Amino acid sequence: MATIYIDNVPYQVKDGDNLLSACLSLGFNLTYFCWHPALHSVGACRQCAIVRYRDENDTRGRIVMACMEPVADQARISLEAPEAKQFRAQNIESLMINHPHDCPVCDEGGECHLQDMTVMSGHNYRRYRFKKRTHLNQYLGPFLHHEMNRCIQCYRCVRFYNDYAEGKDFGVFAVHDDVYFGRFEPGVLENEFSGNLVEVCPTGVFTDKTLRKHYTRKWDLTNAPSICQQCGLGCNIIASERYGSLRRILNRYNGDVNGYFICDRGRFGYEYVNSERRIQHALRQQPAGQWQGLKKEAAVAEIREKIRTARNIIGIGSPRASLESNFLLQQVVGAEHFYAGIPRREGRLVQEILHIMRESGVRTPSLKETETYDAILVLGEDVTQTAPMLALSLRQAAKNQPKEKAKALKIADWNDAAIREVIQGQKGPLFIAAPHATRLDDAALSCYRAHPHQLGRLGFAIAHRIHTGAPAVELDEAAGHFADQVARALQDARKPLIVAGTSLHQEPLIHAAANIALSLKQAGKQPGLFYTVPEVNTMGLAMMSERYLEDALEQVKRGDVDVAIIVENDLYRRLPAEIVDLLYQHVPTVIVLDSLAHRTGEKAQYVLPAGTFAESSGTVVNNEGRAQRFYQVFQPRNDIQSSWKWLQAFVTDQALAEAHLDEVIARLTAAFPGLAGIQEAAPGAGFRVGTQKIPREPHRYSGRTAMLAHINVSEPKPPEDPDSPLSFTMEGYVGTPPAPFTPFFWSPGWNSVQSVNRYQQEVGGMLRGGNPGKRLIETDGQHSMAYFTDIPGAFSPADGQLSIWPAYHIFGSDELSAYSEPIQERIPTAYIALSRADAARLQVQHGMRVQVQGTQQSITLPVQVRDDVPEGMALIPAGWEVSQGLQFPFSSTLNPVAS
Amino acid sequence: MEQPLTAHIPKDGSWLRLKDYERVGGYQGLRQALKMTPKEVIDMVKDAGLRGRGGAGFATGLKWSLVPTPEQIPGPRYLIANGDEMEPGTFKDRLLLEGNPHQLIEGMIIGAYAIQAEFSYVFLRWGYQFAEKALEEAIHEAYEAGYLGKNILGSGFSHELSVHISAGRYICGEETALINALEGKRANPRAKPPFPVVSGFFGKPTVVNNIETLSNVPHILSKGVNWYKSLSKCEDGGTKLYGVSGRVKRPGLWELPLGTSFREILEEHAGGMLDGYRFKGALPGGGSTDFITAEHMDVAMDYNSVAKVGSRMGTGTVIVLDDRTCVVGMVLNLEHFFAQESCGWCTPCREGLPWTEKLLLAIENGQGKMEDLKIFDDLTRYMGPGHTFCALAPGAMEPLQSALKHFREDFERHIHEHRCPWK
Repeated sequence: MATIYIDNVPYQVKDGDNLLSACLSLGFNLTYFCWHPALHSVGACRQCAIVRYRDENDTRGRIVMACMEPVADQARISLEAPEAKQFRAQNIESLMINHPHDCPVCDEGGECHLQDMTVMSGHNYRRYRFKKRTHLNQYLGPFLHHEMNRCIQCYRCVRFYNDYAEGKDFGVFAVHDDVYFGRFEPGVLENEFSGNLVEVCPTGVFTDKTLRKHYTRKWDLTNAPSICQQCGLGCNIIASERYGSLRRILNRYNGDVNGYFICDRGRFGYEYVNSERRIQHALRQQPAGQWQGLKKEAAVAEIREKIRTARNIIGIGSPRASLESNFLLQQVVGAEHFYAGIPRREGRLVQEILHIMRESGVRTPSLKETETYDAILVLGEDVTQTAPMLALSLRQAAKNQPKEKAKALKIADWNDAAIREVIQGQKGPLFIAAPHATRLDDAALSCYRAHPHQLGRLGFAIAHRIHTGAPAVELDEAAGHFADQVARALQDARKPLIVAGTSLHQEPLIHAAANIALSLKQAGKQPGLFYTVPEVNTMGLAMMSERYLEDALEQVKRGDVDVAIIVENDLYRRLPAEIVDLLYQHVPTVIVLDSLAHRTGEKAQYVLPAGTFAESSGTVVNNEGRAQRFYQVFQPRNDIQSSWKWLQAFVTDQALAEAHLDEVIARLTAAFPGLAGIQEAAPGAGFRVGTQKIPREPHRYSGRTAMLAHINVSEPKPPEDPDSPLSFTMEGYVGTPPAPFTPFFWSPGWNSVQSVNRYQQEVGGMLRGGNPGKRLIETDGQHSMAYFTDIPGAFSPADGQLSIWPAYHIFGSDELSAYSEPIQERIPTAYIALSRADAARLQVQHGMRVQVQGTQQSITLPVQVRDDVPEGMALIPAGWEVSQGLQFPFSSTLNPVAS
Repeated sequence: MEQPLTAHIPKDGSWLRLKDYERVGGYQGLRQALKMTPKEVIDMVKDAGLRGRGGAGFATGLKWSLVPTPEQIPGPRYLIANGDEMEPGTFKDRLLLEGNPHQLIEGMIIGAYAIQAEFSYVFLRWGYQFAEKALEEAIHEAYEAGYLGKNILGSGFSHELSVHISAGRYICGEETALINALEGKRANPRAKPPFPVVSGFFGKPTVVNNIETLSNVPHILSKGVNWYKSLSKCEDGGTKLYGVSGRVKRPGLWELPLGTSFREILEEHAGGMLDGYRFKGALPGGGSTDFITAEHMDVAMDYNSVAKVGSRMGTGTVIVLDDRTCVVGMVLNLEHFFAQESCGWCTPCREGLPWTEKLLLAIENGQGKMEDLKIFDDLTRYMGPGHTFCALAPGAMEPLQSALKHFREDFERHIHEHRCPWK
C-alpha cells in the first residue's frame, strides 16, 4: 500500500495502480472516457486531468492524466484544483463540439456515460458555433445499431474489439476530427463478443439493436439479477422487462465469472422469451391433433386426477431447468421414477467430470481465474462455440507470457498501449488440439487437427511426456512433435491450464485431460483443469440423478407407466425420433412443462406454460460447480410460472406444495446434501436492508400509474415476490444492495454501467460483500487419483465411409437462443464438411447435396470442402433442426442427391 | 567559416558520389569510430555538445547512452533517421539528403555502432523523391564499398540499412508516431514512458535522430570534439542549417555557426526585406514556434537563447512575416495545416485545432466576435504543453498564442471592421 494525498487528505491506495483507478476505488468522482477497468489506460481522451505536485512545497503543480500516472508513495495530487476542473470541463466542451446533442431521441440517453461525465465536469454552455462534422452510419448486422455522429473518439471500441477480443473486421479509419470507427464496408460484425460494444461505448454510437426494436427508456425497465441460460458457464446478467416483454440483457459484473463482458449469444439470444412460440396457457390435446386451452385450475385438477389414478408416473428432468424445478419433479414422481433428461453417455461424461473435479486434487478455476494461467492446452473443444466466454478469457491468458517482457521493462500492468508495443502481438503458449479449425486458432501458438480418437491419444501421450508414470502412447511424427511442444510449455509454465469438455462425447478426452493435469501435479505444478459442459444446469442435474433417458424408456417399455411428466426438455433434440416415440406409444398421458412449443410438446396430452428464466427464480450450477441464483424479472399476466411452481400443485406433501423458494431450497438440500452449498448462493427472501426490500425498478421509473390505465384507472397493487427480497416496484432501498441482488447498476452521478465501479471493493476487483455464487466443489489439493488408461485405438478411415462428428456454432447449436430472431439471422446454412482428399475420393464437390445415413434417420446436406477437416471424417452442425436426434459420432457413406 | 555539412555539396544539383565523398574525408569518421568502443563513441558525441536538430534539441550523445546495452537487454535494436521533414517552412534536411547522402549514411553507421544496432532505417518524406533516388544509390555504393553489410571494414561490426518511404503525414515526424508508421500501424504517437530507447521499433530499443543531427556525427568523429565545439558561437557545438522564407531579398538556406544572430541571418544572408516590405515578425524555427518581433532581432539563434525570448529554435528555418501580409491569414494557414495533420488520437488536438481553424477563418472573413479571442486564450492554454498526448497541438498553439500576444490589434481590427484589413 502507498499513501497519497488527494487535495491534502491522505489515503491508502494499492501499489502499482494508476491514479485514476485509485481515485475511483476511493469513491472520487473523476471523469474519464478512454480508460476502462478491463482495457486499462492509453491516455487518449485527456478527461481524467488532475494536478500533480512535486512535493508539499510545490504549489503550482502540473496537469497530468490520472490514468497514465503511477501511484507513488507520498504523491500529492488535486482533483479540485481550479485548473484541473477547468481543463476537464474544457475537454468536455471540445468533445461535444461535434456531438449531435440528440439525447432526447438517443437510445443511450439516461444511461449514458457521456451525459454523466458532462454533468460531472460542470461544462454546460456551448461556445462552438460552427457546423458539426457528420458521418454516414453502417449496417453492422442484427445485433448492433451504428450512429457515428455521436462518437467522441475515445477509441474504446477498437480497443475492445480489436485488442481485447481480437476481432479483425473492425477498425478506426481516417484521421484528425474525421476519425471513423466501423467496418471497412457495411456488413455483419463477425466477432462473437461484438455486443460488448454496447456497454464499452460511452455514448450512443453502438447500441443494442434488439432493444431498439422494442425500445423503452432504460429507467423505465424492470430488472432482475439473472444468470445467462445459453451455455454451461453461467455468466451473470441483468435481464430487463417492460409491458410484459423482455427488452434486453446486460452484463452483470461478477469478478469470478464473466467480469465486464458477455458473449453475443448471451446478450442477444433472449428473444425466445418474447417468441410467438411461447406457450401462454395450459393446453390439452384430445383427441390427437385437437388442442383445447384450459384454465390453470382445470388443468391442475385434471392432471392431479391422472396422477392419482396412475399406476406409475415417471419424471424427466432437464439440464436447462433449475435445480428447484428438477427437485419438485422428483418430489412429484418419487426419486426412483426421476430421470435426468439426457442420454446416458452424456450423463456418464458429466459424472466422470464431477468425479475428477472431486477426487483428482486438481483445481477447477473459475472462468475469470482462467485468465491468470500462462500456458493452456485446449483438448477437443471449439470453445468459442461451446463456451464462448471461455474463448475471450483464454485470449487474455494467452498474453500472459508475452507480457512478462513488459514487466521486465518495468511497464505497469495498466499501461495497455505500451505493453502491446512491447509484445507486438506475440502469442503465448496456447495450444489447441481439435478435429477442425476453431475460432480461437488465431490466438494459439500451435494447433493440431485430427480425428477425436487421435486427439485422445495425443492427450494421453502429453501426460506421459510430462510424467512417465502416465501410460505411454505411440504417436506419429506430427502428433509427437506437437505433444513435445505442449508438454514442454506446460512444464515451463507458472500456471498451466488444461481445457476439455463434453462436446465430442468422448470419455477418453475427459480422461486424457485429467491425466495431463495429474502428470503436471506429479511434476510439482499446480495445474488448472477446466471442463466445459453443454447446458446451464448440466452440473446441477448431474448432482441430482444418475439415471438417464434410456433408463426412463426401459421403464416405460415395461408397460406400467401411465403418466410421464417432462420438464423443460425437448427429447427429440437428444435422442433419435424412433426412440423418443416409444415414450408416447407406451405412456397414455404425457405432460410437458415448457416455455416454447416443440416436438416433444406437440405429442403430449397436456402442455403447461413454464416460465423462462425471465419469469422464474431458481438456482443453477455451472461447469465450475458454482451454484448461482437467478431471479424472476417480471410477473407475467397469464398462467406462465416457474416449472417448480406448477409442480407444487402435484405434490402430496402440503408443506412443500405451499413452499416458497427458500423452503424449496431447504428441502432440496436436505434431500441432496451434496448441494447444501446452494443455500449460500444468495441470502433468502427474508433479507432486508434495514427494513427495506430491493426494488427491481430504478427510482427514475416512470409511467407506473399510466401503464395499465387503459384497463383500469386505479393503479393495481404490484405483484408480491415471496421468493426473494426483490420487489416489483420502485420503492425500497436505494443504494448498493448485496451483490446477488443487484437488479441494475446505478450510483449518484453514474447512470451508465460504468457505475459498477461503485459496487466493487476496488475497481476491477471483487464486488462488495464478495462475488455472488457458491462453489460446491473445492479440492484440498492433497487428493490424487490413478492415471486413466482408456487410450483410444488409432483411427484409420474405413473404406467408403466417413466418420461423422458434430460441429458447434455459437449461433444455432444452443436450443433456446436459436428461437430468437436476431440469432437466427446469424445461423449459417447447414452443411456437411469434409476434407479435400475425401471429396476427391468420394467424387463430391463443394455445394453438391448429399445424403447422410444416421443410425435412425437420413438427412440431406450440401457439401463443404474444407482444408481443416482431417481425412476420413466429416462434420455436421450440432443442435440444428436438421441434425436433431443424430447420435454423433456415426459412420456413413455419402450419396449424392440429384438436384 | 567552415561549413562541414554543406561545403562539398555539388552546386549543379547533383549529389556527392562515394568517390568524391571519400576524397574530401568521407568515411574517415566511421574508420575512427570502429577503432573505438561504442561507449567511447557515445562519450565523444556527448562531449561535442551535439543537440538534436529536429527541433527539440535533445542531447544526441545522452539519447544514445540511454539505450540499454546488449548485456542489459539482448536482441535487436534499431537506429532510425527521421527524414519526414514536414515542418512548415522547413527544407534543411532536404538539402543534406539530396546533396550529401553518404554523410548521413556514415553518421547512421556510426550511431548504429554506438548503440550496437544491426539495422537502421531512413524514414523519408514521400515527396522527397530525388532524395530517395540519391539515398538508394548511395546505400548501394556503401554496400559495394564494404561500409554496410557484414563485418564492416573488418571490424566485426555488421549493419544493414534501408529506406522507408512515408505515406506522408506531419505526425510521422514525431518519433513514436514514426515508429508506429514504420511498423505498419496508424501513425499515432505513443505514450512515454516507456521511451523508444527502451521500447521502440517492434518493442525493441530504438534511437530516432534527425537527418541533420546524424550528418554532424562523421565530422565529430573525424575532426574531434574541440574542432566541433569551435564551430559554434554558443555553448552547444557545431554548425546549423538556417533557412529563411518570406518576403526577403534572398530566401535560402545557409550553414552557419550555431548561435549566429537572427539579424545576421535575416539581413546578411537573406539580404533583408524586399523593397516596400517591413519586417513585422518571424517564426524562428518553423511553423510550430512562437513569433519573435523586431525587438528580438539580435537574439542568437541557438536553443537556449531563442527560448529566453519566448520562442524555440525549432528547426532553425525562419518564416518571415511582413507588414503587408495578414497575420490572421498566416496563422489560419498554419492552423489549417495542423488541424488537418492531427492524428485524431487525443481530444484537445483532434477537436481543439479544427475549432481554432474555424474561428480564425471566421475572423479572417469578418465574422469574428470579440468573445472568440477569449476562446483563443482558453484553447491555447487547453492545448498547452503536457496537456496533450504529443507535442503537435502545443506546437500548433505557439504561432497563435504569440500572434495574439504581439499582434492582438490585428485580430481586433478584423473583428471590428468585419473584414480582413489586408484584403
